[in-house]
Amino acid sequence: MTIFDEQAQWRPGLRESYLFDRNAIAEIQRAAREGIYDIRGFGAKRRVPHFDDLLLLGASISRYPLEGYRERCDTNVVLGSRFASKPIELKIPVTIAGMSFGALSAPAKEALGRGASEVGTATTTGDGGMTAEEREHSQTLVYQLLPSRYGMNPDDLRKADAIEVVVGQGAKPGGGGMLLGHKISDRVAAMRDLPQGIDQRSACRHPDWTGPDDLEIKIGELRELTDWEKPIFVKVGATRTYYDVQLAVKARADVIVVDGMQGGTAATQDVFIEHVGIPTMPAVRLAVDALEELGLHRQVQLIVSGGIRSGADVAKALALGADAVSIGTAALVAMGDNSPEFEQEYRKLGSSAGFYDDWQAGRDPAGISTQDDELSGRFDPVLAGHKLANYLRVLNLETQTLARACGKSHVHNLEPEDLVALTIEAAAMARVPLAGTDWIPGVGEHGS
Amino acid sequence: MAAGTASGTAVEVVDLATTPLRELNQRLHDLAGGKEGPTHWRVLNPRGAHAVACGLDAEIDIEIDGHVGYYCAGMNQLANVCVHGSASTGLAENMMSGTVVIEGSVSQSAGASAHGGLLVVHGDAAARCGISMKGVDIVVRGSVGHLSGFMAQSGSLVVCGDAGEALGDSLYEARIYVRGEIAGLGADCVEKELRAEHVAQVRGLLERAGFDDVDPSSFRRYGSARELYSFKIDNAY
Repeated sequence: MTIFDEQAQWRPGLRESYLFDRNAIAEIQRAAREGIYDIRGFGAKRRVPHFDDLLLLGASISRYPLEGYRERCDTNVVLGSRFASKPIELKIPVTIAGMSFGALSAPAKEALGRGASEVGTATTTGDGGMTAEEREHSQTLVYQLLPSRYGMNPDDLRKADAIEVVVGQGAKPGGGGMLLGHKISDRVAAMRDLPQGIDQRSACRHPDWTGPDDLEIKIGELRELTDWEKPIFVKVGATRTYYDVQLAVKARADVIVVDGMQGGTAATQDVFIEHVGIPTMPAVRLAVDALEELGLHRQVQLIVSGGIRSGADVAKALALGADAVSIGTAALVAMGDNSPEFEQEYRKLGSSAGFYDDWQAGRDPAGISTQDDELSGRFDPVLAGHKLANYLRVLNLETQTLARACGKSHVHNLEPEDLVALTIEAAAMARVPLAGTDWIPGVGEHGS
Repeated sequence: MAAGTASGTAVEVVDLATTPLRELNQRLHDLAGGKEGPTHWRVLNPRGAHAVACGLDAEIDIEIDGHVGYYCAGMNQLANVCVHGSASTGLAENMMSGTVVIEGSVSQSAGASAHGGLLVVHGDAAARCGISMKGVDIVVRGSVGHLSGFMAQSGSLVVCGDAGEALGDSLYEARIYVRGEIAGLGADCVEKELRAEHVAQVRGLLERAGFDDVDPSSFRRYGSARELYSFKIDNAY
């Protein structure tokens, strides 16, 4: 029975419990049947305060706008200018987040590189190492150093354009990873040096450093290994963001990546995805607070991810102080994930286009979150890469549109003063006024 | 340029008391790919510096006279590194090939995630020795601390002394040999029969390490029970 069939059975007089709604009841029944927690992909599905709860204030008498799509509004971003001798420059302020070969098929990784390169931005490896395809097709490639160290080697480290030390991710801060056995193909197993077909665990702690003092020494080693050329990113899942950012800066990172709780995952417990971490919007505010307090805002660049869907999300994240954003889930959707063209196959899997989140299962009809040769063989990396590039162009154009409306000749000139909030919660979290008032909850009040 | 050639030898000497570490590592990195240069190096006065001789990719011999800090010989390829002293955290982390020998003792995470090569510790190794190892062979003359061999994937860890708590926790396919007492085995780590081929393997590793006074048949072997290989409720702790 699909979700649509269930809805068709509703009739007046049948009142659904707010607490025990159909999803809650279905989960209790599933838990009772299977005896183990639910694992899935995608990101948080619950509603949390987000950029939708903010609005931009366009120019008016007191502000001077720029001519739409004609007057110059730059979007370039330099990452890694603090210590690296070869910082990277992106043409747009949107990068592709780390996603592993293993979680994704090799053609999907190739398409991410193709799409990003077409518009002059970066893509990122993931747990499992760097594939030749993604290096070949990625003009700018960030190489992740993860706790598992699967596939980690100095040759690939030197081939990378930047290095990202992954401490955590928004979908599961404090959690490791897993790749279930049906996605461990011979190639994936070989890259990770593990037996084929086992359910593979990715560690949650780095094997050779613990704590911020060690991290500083680890980053120093990475710089020595690569002759101080590469920018070093540190990625954290959004939790104690203010402190994490300060500690990462103290550890001498060039770039901080903060991934909010809406950030996607290929395979994580549902309870983890929905209940750990803080939303992206307050995380940006906290990260910028930390950087400003240290006098390093814009010198240590900030990349924000977790729930970025549109140019509006990008513009609001930048206005709060981010230097760039990263996308993962949206990139997969742009490449064909959850496409209606696979509706019949989604239904056979008990899902539907727009709802499919079993990225852990390896049976993705779109050929993206799978290692099955037949399924991944359907996926055209050239076409998908072009679709991703189109989507990235739209994100960039939308961001420019909003920035020009606010009178900005560079998207980095967007600022918190350009924002108001629609809800008290958003006003407090983003620390911008509630729309139509000058009230920022918690600011300038007694005791604050 | 503080580096010089020791009189009467072909040894390139670099004194870290007067030469920046960056300069030493850059000169060593410049030898990658078979480029011509000194093949025998001696590093003086490391004074606990971090990342000494990391990222090597050349068939060279390096002797380090003194104690080193974190990540000495990190990600080593091809080179033979010998420390006449002790080492701190992450010695030879992610080593790919070559040999790293420590004449003293090492702190935690020695050989972490190393993919190949041989790591020899003449003294003791602290916690997490061989954590996440992916093909390296490690021989420790003394004892190892807790969580050694944690999530170790492949390669061999030979411990002539004792092992701390949670040895081989969440072990994959690495082999662990211990001659002394074990404070406790970690999740999914079990003792296995020591057969002739294992004695032969231990003998070979001891010979490569230069420990010819240790009886290879006096070890016990530990490996994965492989009960955690399938994700199921019985495996949730």
